[in-house]
This record gives sequence, C-alpha cells and structure tokens, in this order.
Amino acid sequence: MDLTFASISEIAEAVKTRKVSAKEVAQHFRKRIESLNPKLNAFTSLNPVAVQDAEALDARIAKGEDVGLLAGVPFGIKEMFCTKGLTTTAGSKILENFVPPYDATAVARLKKSGVVVMGKLNQDEFAMGSSNETSFHGVVKNPWDLERVPGGSSGGSAAAQASRLVAGTLGTDTGGSIRQPASFCGIVGVKPTYGRVSRYGIIAYASSLDQAGPMVSSVKDAALTLEVISGFDPQDSTTAQKKVPAWSQNLKADVKGMKIGLMKEYMTGNLHPDVQKTVENSVDTLKQLGAEIVEVSVPMTEFAVPVYYLVAASEASSNLSRYDGVKYGYRAEFKNLSAVDLEEFYSQTRGQAFGAEVKRRIMLGTYCLSSGYYDAFYNKAGQVRRLIMQQYLEAFKKCDVILSPVTTAPAFKIGERVSDPLAMYLNDIFTTSTNLAGLPGMSVPFGQSQSGLPIGIQLTAGHFEEQKMLNVAYALESASLVKGKHPHVI
Amino acid sequence: MSSRGYEAVIGIEIHVQLSTRTKIFSSEATTFDAGDNENTSPVSVGMPGTLPVLNSKVVEYSIKTGLALGCDIRRKSVFARKNYFYPDLPKGYQISQYDQPICENGSITFKVEGKEKTVSITRAHMEEDAGKSNHHGEYTLINYNRAGIPLLEVVSGPDMRTPQEAAEYARTIRQIVRYLDVCDGNLEEGSLRCDCNVSVRKEGATQFGTKVEIKNINSFRFVEKAIEYEIERQIDCVERGEKIIQETRLWDPDKNRTFSMRAKEDAQDYRYFPDPDLLPVIVTDDIIEKYKKELPELPIARAKRFQEQHALPELDAAVLTTEKDLADFYEDTAKESRNFKASSNWIMTELLRELNSANKNIKESPIKPAQLGKMIAMIDKGTISGKIAKTIFQEMWDSGKDPEVIMKEKGLVQISDPAAIEKLVDEVLAANAQTVEDHKSGKKKNLFGFFVGAVMKASKGQANPELVNKILQEKLK
Repeated sequence: MDLTFASISEIAEAVKTRKVSAKEVAQHFRKRIESLNPKLNAFTSLNPVAVQDAEALDARIAKGEDVGLLAGVPFGIKEMFCTKGLTTTAGSKILENFVPPYDATAVARLKKSGVVVMGKLNQDEFAMGSSNETSFHGVVKNPWDLERVPGGSSGGSAAAQASRLVAGTLGTDTGGSIRQPASFCGIVGVKPTYGRVSRYGIIAYASSLDQAGPMVSSVKDAALTLEVISGFDPQDSTTAQKKVPAWSQNLKADVKGMKIGLMKEYMTGNLHPDVQKTVENSVDTLKQLGAEIVEVSVPMTEFAVPVYYLVAASEASSNLSRYDGVKYGYRAEFKNLSAVDLEEFYSQTRGQAFGAEVKRRIMLGTYCLSSGYYDAFYNKAGQVRRLIMQQYLEAFKKCDVILSPVTTAPAFKIGERVSDPLAMYLNDIFTTSTNLAGLPGMSVPFGQSQSGLPIGIQLTAGHFEEQKMLNVAYALESASLVKGKHPHVI
Repeated sequence: MSSRGYEAVIGIEIHVQLSTRTKIFSSEATTFDAGDNENTSPVSVGMPGTLPVLNSKVVEYSIKTGLALGCDIRRKSVFARKNYFYPDLPKGYQISQYDQPICENGSITFKVEGKEKTVSITRAHMEEDAGKSNHHGEYTLINYNRAGIPLLEVVSGPDMRTPQEAAEYARTIRQIVRYLDVCDGNLEEGSLRCDCNVSVRKEGATQFGTKVEIKNINSFRFVEKAIEYEIERQIDCVERGEKIIQETRLWDPDKNRTFSMRAKEDAQDYRYFPDPDLLPVIVTDDIIEKYKKELPELPIARAKRFQEQHALPELDAAVLTTEKDLADFYEDTAKESRNFKASSNWIMTELLRELNSANKNIKESPIKPAQLGKMIAMIDKGTISGKIAKTIFQEMWDSGKDPEVIMKEKGLVQISDPAAIEKLVDEVLAANAQTVEDHKSGKKKNLFGFFVGAVMKASKGQANPELVNKILQEKLK
C-alpha cells in the first residue's frame, strides 16, 4: 500500500483490518514531515507522542475495540485550534508557548474517531491574511512552486496536505481561508454552513464568520472528515441542532438535472485567463454531465469585501483584547517593574507581540465600533450583510449550487502583495460573501495554469445543503483534468 | 426636602448577584468561600477559543426580579460586549446587555418616614462579573473566582431627592430580591453593590446638575451618609462658584467622606456591539406567565394582608414582613396558635431579642414555628400561665424541645383546680394573719399584690393567676 497517496478511508480501513499498523502509518508520515517540512515550513510543531498515540490505538484494535471511523489516520491541525498539551500560537508571538489544557471540539471529535494528531500547522497570524506571510513562524511555501505563497490563512494546512505530509488537515475559514489556499495548492477544502462545526476551542478571529473545515485530497475524504467534526456542541451556542447527514455514503457524481448557478457579478471582471479557462471548462463539463446552467444574481456582493473587513476587523478588535500578557502568552519585559503603569504594560506587550497586519485590523475594528462611527460602519455593514444573505436565498430558489472562481488568479509570488494590503484584501473577492451569508462553500481542484499551478473551482450551496455541493464537486473531481498530478516537491 | 435652597437628584445602580449554583456562562460553582482561583475554568477566565453558554437559571431569576419590579420583559433581548482593558476582566470585554436589556420600565413603591415614595426602574440587565484585583504594594494578584458570577444590574430613574429615600430604595430592592430568593443580599460579600449618582440643582430648576458617581458602597447606612456628604460637598462647590467635576468617587467610612477615584472627563468608549458568540434571549408569553405564577407574595402586599386579615398593627406588619423567612415564621406560628397578635408579640419581642443577641437569623432559630404556636395556644387554653410560658420559651430556646415535653419534664402544669388553689390561699393567709388584719383594716395600702405574690410563690408559679386573684378577693373581703 502506498501510504503517501492513500485516501483517508483507505488508511482507516487498512488500520482497522490490521493490514498496516497505526504506528507504521504515523512513522511513515513522521518521516515525510521531517524530510520535507524544512522546505515548506508548513508544520510549526510536532506532536512528540504521535507514534505512541498510534501504538495505543493499535493496542485497542488488537483487543477488538471499535476505535472509530478514522482509525489511525494522521492529521495535521491548523494552529488556530486548541490542542490539549500541544503548543497553540495562532501564528502569533503573543501566544508564544501557549499550551491549552483543552482540545477544540473539532479536534476532540477527530481524536475520538481514531485520528492521530501529527502536529500543528502554520497559518497567517490570527488567520489574518491571504498569503500565509504574516505568521510569527515565517512564510509557508507553496509546494508547487517554492517561490509562491500557498494562500492564507490556512496555508500550512494546504501545503502539508498537497505535499502529503499527512492524510488530512483541518483549517478555518473566515473569509475564504480554507478555499483560497486549497485552490492555490490543488486540494479539496470545505467551509461548511456556519453552525455546522463547533467553534469551541478555535481561537476566535471573527466569531460570526469563523468556521472550521477539512482540507484534504479528495471530495470523499472531505465528506468523511466533515461527518466526524460536525454536529451540535453544548459548548457552542451557535452550533445548529441539526442532524449530520452521512455525506460520504450519499456521495454521487451525478449532476443530471441539477441547476448550476453562475453568478452574474462573478463572471465579469478581471479574471486571469487560466482561471477563466478553468471556470469555462468546469461549466462545460457539468453541462455535458447533464446539469442545467442558470444565471443568478447577488448584486450586493459588490460590497462583500468592504463589509467583510468591517465585520471581521470589528469582531477581531474585541476578540483579541484578551491577549494582554496577564495570564498567558507573551509579556513584555520591564527592568523596573514598579515604574510601569497598566497602560504601559499593555501597550508594550501588545505592541511588541502583534504583527503589522493584526495591528492594522485591530485599529480598523476599534475605529468601526467606536461611538460616533458604529452606525456608519459596523451597523451599516450588518445591514448590507443581511441583504447579501437575502439575495443569496433568492438565488438559491433558482439553482442548487452556485459555481464561481475561488480567486482571480493562481498563487502569487511571496512578497508580491505584502506592501499593498488593499490589493491583498481584494484577493478575497469571491470567497467572503459566502461567510457573510453563513453558506457552505468549497474549492475543488479542476485546472492548472500554463505554468503548472493548480486552480480550483468554488461551489456554494444553500444553508445546510452540503450534500448538493459535495456531489457537484464529486462530479467535477471525477472529470478533473488534473487528477493524479502532484507538486514537484514530492 | 431641600437643603440650603438646593435639591438633590439621586439615581442608583444596584448590582444584584443572582444566587445560581453555577456561573452565568460556564459551569463552575459560585461559592463565596472558595480558595483563590478555585472556581475557575477555561471559559470564565476567557482562555483563547472558549465560548460562553448561557445559564438558563440566570434568565429565570432576572425575569422574576423584573416582574417583581413591575418591569416589561423583553421578548427578545441581546447580550452585548462592553470592551475595556483591566487585568481582572479576563476577555478584555464584559458580556453585558446594552440597547436590548431583558427588563425595562418598572417601578417600586415604598415608605420613607411614613410617606409613600415611587421610584422608576429604567432597566435591569444581565451581565457577568469581573475578577478581583488584590493590590500588594508593587504587585497585584488577581482572583478570578468572581469572573462570570451572574449579575442583574438594576438601574433606577433619577427619582430620589434625599439620602433617606435612596437608602430606603436600596433596602427595598434588597428585600424584594431576598423574597424572590434570587439573591442572598449579603452586602459584605458583595452580593449586592450600590453605585449612587448624585447631583444638585437650585430648587425649582428643571435641568440636572453635573452628576458624580459614588461606587461600591457596602452598607445602606453608608449609602445614606455618602449621599449626605456628597450633597453638602456639591452645594459648597456650587456656592463657591466652582464647577462640579464629573467623576467617580469612593466612600471612606473611617473619615466619613467621599474622595475622588477617577475623573470621567475622558469618557470611556466601550464600543458596545452584540456578542456574536451568544444567541438572542427569546422569552415567550408562556414562560412569563409561568414565572408570574411562581412569584411569592411580595413584602408590601404581605404587610397589607397581615393588617387586613390578621388585624395586626402597621408596625407589626412591617416588622414581620422585612424578611420572607420571618414572615413565613410568623404565619406558621399563627396557624398553630390561632392567635395573630400574641404570635406577633412573642416573635417581635422574645424571639427576635434572643436571635439578635445570639447573632442568628430566623432560619437558624432553635424554636420552630409549630413549637412557638403550640406554646401560645397553651397559654390561651389556660394550660400554662404567661409566666410559665416564659420559662418554657427559654427552655425551648436552649433545648429545642416541644413545649408539652418541657412542661411535663419540669412539672410546669398550671394549677387550675379551685380547691387546690383555695388550699394554698388559706395556708398563705394563715401564715400572714397580721398582714391580713392590716389589709382588712386598710392600715396599709396595696397589700393585695403581696398576697398574690405569696400564693404564686407557694405554688412555684404554677397557680392560675386569675383564679388566685378571684379566690383572694373573696377571702379578703
């Protein structure tokens, strides 16, 4: 069995039937991480007892215990998720050495289903970024071209998965942070409906937008992982009291009679020709498979990027207040402690430990929420957000799934956009409105640029309609032009 | 009431600690005497990634309090974040309510110096408490046991005009929340904290003066004294032509004065916004009806009923209804004794005196209402005399035994057999022949009492005093 390219279900099956031990699997991927990570910088830390964890699992299997759906599958976890006993920094110096005494619910559910956590994955600081260049742990490289970014903020997850350092990863998506790096690295990334997956234990960036999801190598693996991590959590009031369907078992590459919406607003504009071509190919493919293409319109998406940045920055400015150096994480050092007043203590600690992008968004958010500006910014953004949601609901009366590009262009070069935050923000133009409306969205690899960079297709569905979205993705995956292509780094 | 031609305007914010077993957004205990940081969890200390989950008891207690304060209950209320930095505020924001509080537009009526006073309740909103900073010289230690303790902040209108009204308002609120059993009302432990807003204006003026907030006063007497001081201070200020500074002041009970804590000139911008981690609180009409039915009879209504149904004087009714437990004690006693006024008398004089000197509350009374009631009924039936009753009462207090048991054990039965008493009387008269002469001849006045005392003494206090009187009167004719 070629463990490197095996799917999640193949590994779980082999481990359960003892064709391969969980320990061997863990050791195999451990070696891959050790040899390839120095090039990629995808992992920020390793679970020192991953192999022992796998051994313990083997012992339970030997005793005939049911160890779960994902027995022995090695996973990498984005640093945004708290992991009991494992450093969790959210890519920030301010959480340097923070070791949570608890697991995020999504992580706890993966572990309960038999997953072996291999380590933590790099990301933009506090998930703020679209290129994975803002991390305290340094830039992550795109395995398809080491001079390019892997996308952000789940860039570490995307790079690790694309180069098969693990069999599955978890990411978080606030404005496209799963879908965009998935597209840049040629993997499948799913952002489920808001409320599907518990946010408990996920370091908060923008609470009303954050949602966790799988970043894996196939649609089936995505469906399987999503089944494990989804569902109501008494520790998160915003999770939905909805039954989790067996997405992986109901997966069908059949789009006959389905209505695929093309959003008018997304089909014009400055698309990179290779992205344009990929989208056209995907539409043709679906047509050939019997789907009906309809035009839909969500005019308010024009404002999605500014609304997203107002909402996200506002919530972030509040969510990040707890990082004050009092109870955990980084604390500025003072030679003469008695001479320091409280304000100085805070401003030194936060000033030294937050990166430029985080500071920029805290400032923006603080401004938006301040009295006198709240109505003009945060409140207004909320109103537009509701309109976007309503227009989406209208659009989904006409179609089952909306198809669009993920980004305007394939992965860009490291450093290329760092100096222009606004240009960087516009990178999220196709992904943010999904988060604002709380809809499920995903990226599935479908094409390639002329220079060999992966290009994904974005699919968006109505609330809690993940199955439709996964089925369309499954159909596209089956017909994909880039199936079996892997980055040069492996 | 005016002072030197000025009128004071007073509003009070009372933080009522709701006595739920667990915190408002997490499951740790709320016990007061826990060790440092013992009652904490990742949620209440705001660790990264943790989320609040609302304790439904907090909503129940808040609605009940709101109903008791005559408030409208919002069918949809919203939690908001109040953002500010302080080391004892673990998340950098306090979860509170802002523009959509659970209770609004209520009022309460109470008596001050014999006159009725009505104070409006602007709002009452749910929020979490912060931790506690303990300053030790150069260092500050923080205890997060209080972080996440549920509070209901009751905000009055600027309706009070005198320190007495303010103190009585605060006492009334305490009395109500204790009746509802939603707060223990313990000011020393911080279960009830009063912030008073005070301003002064020329009598007849319609505009408010600049208000000063006096924070965290921990007794009602200090509420009165602090406001008194503050009114005088502000009038002095105005008279001198100075401007009142909008600030927060603290009360120094040792020096009997308020002092400045911080100026409010650079007003905090709390950047309130709806907390995205919590859903709106939806309250149905059914829930409100249910809680309305569960409300106990409130003190003012109960006092009225005691006056009407039990024919108790106003003072008795007011004293007995100060605390729900005391009123319950009284009603249970009266039910057993069937004598309202006697029950009230025994409780108000004997029992409360013993409780006060033993520093016990009514619930800790070793004498139970049924026991006291039985004892009073025994007096009314003539089984025991009032004097024996005092002995039995003392014995009940010491031993907690039933009055009949004590009566039998100590042989304290009243002698009501006329023949037996006549015999005692005859013995006493025979032993005091000279005095009988003196009495009959009218040589000395007021000797009747001497004979009564002597007979009672001879009976070891057990003779029915009425019979003793009657028989003596006949014999001494």
